[in-house]
Amino acid sequence: MFSYLGRRILATIPVMAVVAVVVFALLHLAPGDPAAVIAGDQATVEEVAKVRAQLGLDRPLAVQFASWLGNVLRGDLGRSIYDGQPVTRMIAQRVAPTLALSLCTLFVALAVSLPLGIIAAWKAGTWIDRGVMGFAVLGFSFPVFVIGYGLIYLLSLKLEWLPVQGYASLREGVGEFAAHMVMPALALGWVLSALFARMTRTSMLEVLSQDYIRTAQAKGLSNRQVLVGHALKNAAVPIVTTIGIGIALLIGGVVVTETVFAIPGVGLLTVDAILRRDYPVIQGVVLVFSAVYVLINLAVDLSYGFLDPRIRY
Amino acid sequence: MKRRTFLASGAALVAAPAILRAQTKASVLRFVPEADVVIFDPVTSPSWQTRDYAYLIYDTLFGMDDENRPQPQMLEGYNVSNDGLTWTLTLRDGLKFHDNEPVRARDVVPSVRRWGARDAFGQALMAATNDISATNATNDKTVTIRLKKPFPLLPNALAKTMAYPCMVMPERIASTDPFKAITETIGSGPYRFVANERVPGAKLVFERFQGYVPRKGGTPSQTAGPKVANFDRVEWTIMQDTATAAAALQRGEIDWLQTPNNDLIPTLRSNKNIVVRTILPTGLIAYMRFNHLTPPFNNPAIRRALIGAVNQSDYMIAINGADKSLWRDGIGYFAPTSPYASKAGMEHLTSKRDYAKVKSELQKAGYKGEKVVMLVAVNIPYLKMMGEVTADMFKKIGMNYDYVATDWTTVVQRRNKTEPAEQGGWNLFSIYDNGANELDPASHLLLRGNGKEAQFGWPTMPKIEELRSAWFDAKDLGQQKKICEQIQLQAFEDVPYIPLGQSIPPTAYRKDLTGVLNGHPFFWNVRRQAG
Repeated sequence: MFSYLGRRILATIPVMAVVAVVVFALLHLAPGDPAAVIAGDQATVEEVAKVRAQLGLDRPLAVQFASWLGNVLRGDLGRSIYDGQPVTRMIAQRVAPTLALSLCTLFVALAVSLPLGIIAAWKAGTWIDRGVMGFAVLGFSFPVFVIGYGLIYLLSLKLEWLPVQGYASLREGVGEFAAHMVMPALALGWVLSALFARMTRTSMLEVLSQDYIRTAQAKGLSNRQVLVGHALKNAAVPIVTTIGIGIALLIGGVVVTETVFAIPGVGLLTVDAILRRDYPVIQGVVLVFSAVYVLINLAVDLSYGFLDPRIRY
Repeated sequence: MKRRTFLASGAALVAAPAILRAQTKASVLRFVPEADVVIFDPVTSPSWQTRDYAYLIYDTLFGMDDENRPQPQMLEGYNVSNDGLTWTLTLRDGLKFHDNEPVRARDVVPSVRRWGARDAFGQALMAATNDISATNATNDKTVTIRLKKPFPLLPNALAKTMAYPCMVMPERIASTDPFKAITETIGSGPYRFVANERVPGAKLVFERFQGYVPRKGGTPSQTAGPKVANFDRVEWTIMQDTATAAAALQRGEIDWLQTPNNDLIPTLRSNKNIVVRTILPTGLIAYMRFNHLTPPFNNPAIRRALIGAVNQSDYMIAINGADKSLWRDGIGYFAPTSPYASKAGMEHLTSKRDYAKVKSELQKAGYKGEKVVMLVAVNIPYLKMMGEVTADMFKKIGMNYDYVATDWTTVVQRRNKTEPAEQGGWNLFSIYDNGANELDPASHLLLRGNGKEAQFGWPTMPKIEELRSAWFDAKDLGQQKKICEQIQLQAFEDVPYIPLGQSIPPTAYRKDLTGVLNGHPFFWNVRRQAG
């Protein structure tokens, strides 16, 4: 187990190296020039070139890459081209809202989808099953921003229950934190709930047709004991895999959600940096996202061993 | 503890931050700008957000009033020698930087020099200047500017509000290379920047500077008159989605939304708690810019022929909708609110559009179906609209075009390329200019005709350059107006660009705010009405 863990962690190094090279190459080969943005409309071609030289963007790509990589290896993700802020600080300032949004979304998605998926499988073919699947189809069909605007209209403008936008940390009070998180988590959580509920239903349906479930029922176990104690445990591996994928999907989803609800998270930071070609920020954020993604995959793989004792590493 | 007491205490704990916020609301002005500030130096960044930020932090020697007349701001007064060659500027008492150091003449000198190296109006002033110096060592309040030739527009140059305004900084900061952004923010304006509360892309905070002394007397008008800060804090929240920002304004979560989406304006207007008002009458002027260095637009006859196909109202309706309070057509080469706006040559733009005639004129002018590379930043809705209308127009007049859909940052990069289009250059793109840039020839960079030194597009227009110089030397407004009429007539001959109409975006704020000044978003004089 520990040797597997060690091997997997070591395997992340080449993955991260490839990500670093690809991101650097894509960014610098794509059109767009931060020097021209900084120099502004009144600048002549020569003045733009002067700004480019000051930023070190006129150096050969290989030199720029080596310099950036050297800093990354020392734990320095560089500084924003525009205002000189350290990238690590910029990311650190934005992590809490994104993390809070992601966790709240996951909580909403799991709290809704697991019971729904289990009930849909248990009542397969009935109107309950069709209702749950209808909910899932709607979740897949509505873009997050549409759900977001709908919630703002209903819960903020009409009912005046919740604030429209922004983020409040837990330090500002649990009530404030929750009030700012409900709508974004619901908007983003619906899509994930739909995904998780469908996968839970499919996985449970397969398990429920197994002989050992009939045996459990024949032994006189209650429905709850059969569903949770026997069926769900055995259906867990594909569900956990889907949750892992869902967390990766969250990374894309938070960008839209943060925009709609004006949450100052990493997603918005990424979009801003891409639009301005703030290379160090984009590279830093992508590296961090990649590391998170790799770690989530690792956690999902390791969880298989706990969920299914037959799986050994 | 009884259950009821426990629940009541819990509820109070949860509600406490909200109560605290309600108590502090009165002293905080919550503003949503169009975008974040990314460069904190008004001399190196022409961004409108940098300018608005800078007016909170820094002060200027002269302010500009609603009538575009410069008025002393940091100055007690000024004297001009009889020959017009020596200007003596005297700082008023009580001026302090945010580090509580007094503002001295020796801070003003490098501030003016640094600005003069970047700004077009400033460059014209510097070209006419022999020397700027802090002359009175005893009180360090007097700046003397010695000129090579009279420059009657000196106060206008120092008062200009568009990029780049001349802001006064401490000597050690103002001595920074004009092409390198400053990293320290110390001004002498009514608010100071709270750098440690900044979240890039999300929030900027400003606190009232207790040491600021507004000038005595006069009426607050744009950047002129007393700048009285009535809020303890001004908080800028960056919201990329203006629909969300409009909802937040309706709910009272924010006080002021700089630019609401046009399609949300009817909703905001119908809300009795919100004021929707135009504070920037100069608005935004859309234009189509050509690359004058490469075919086909290196041929002035082709550029002239194209004017006949442009219907400004098509562009304005596509961008702003049918509500005519939000736009204006019949726009020439100067902003309609400028004293220099005239009807000279306007028939080129306002006469009946005849596409067949334009098609034949293009052929006569020598257009042989060369492909026109049109850059369109489709990630910005109004730029996409401009591109769509131009594409439709090109179809009607038989122009062969390549619609290059890209993002704004790529356009900004590519428009600096002087090479032919097939080598990565360009032929044409459309964008807005701030109307305040088109108030006079000094700031009107799109009308510069100094070739490679001019803005992207690089037109060479010697007659317009001559007229511009004559305007600087003109004795009075009447003479200046005549020169500007000639400039406009010549512009219709040279066609450095084609004006596409003027958008007049309103701003929206809560009704309990009073004293919102005209011009850019300025944060002095604004107060919250009690009750």
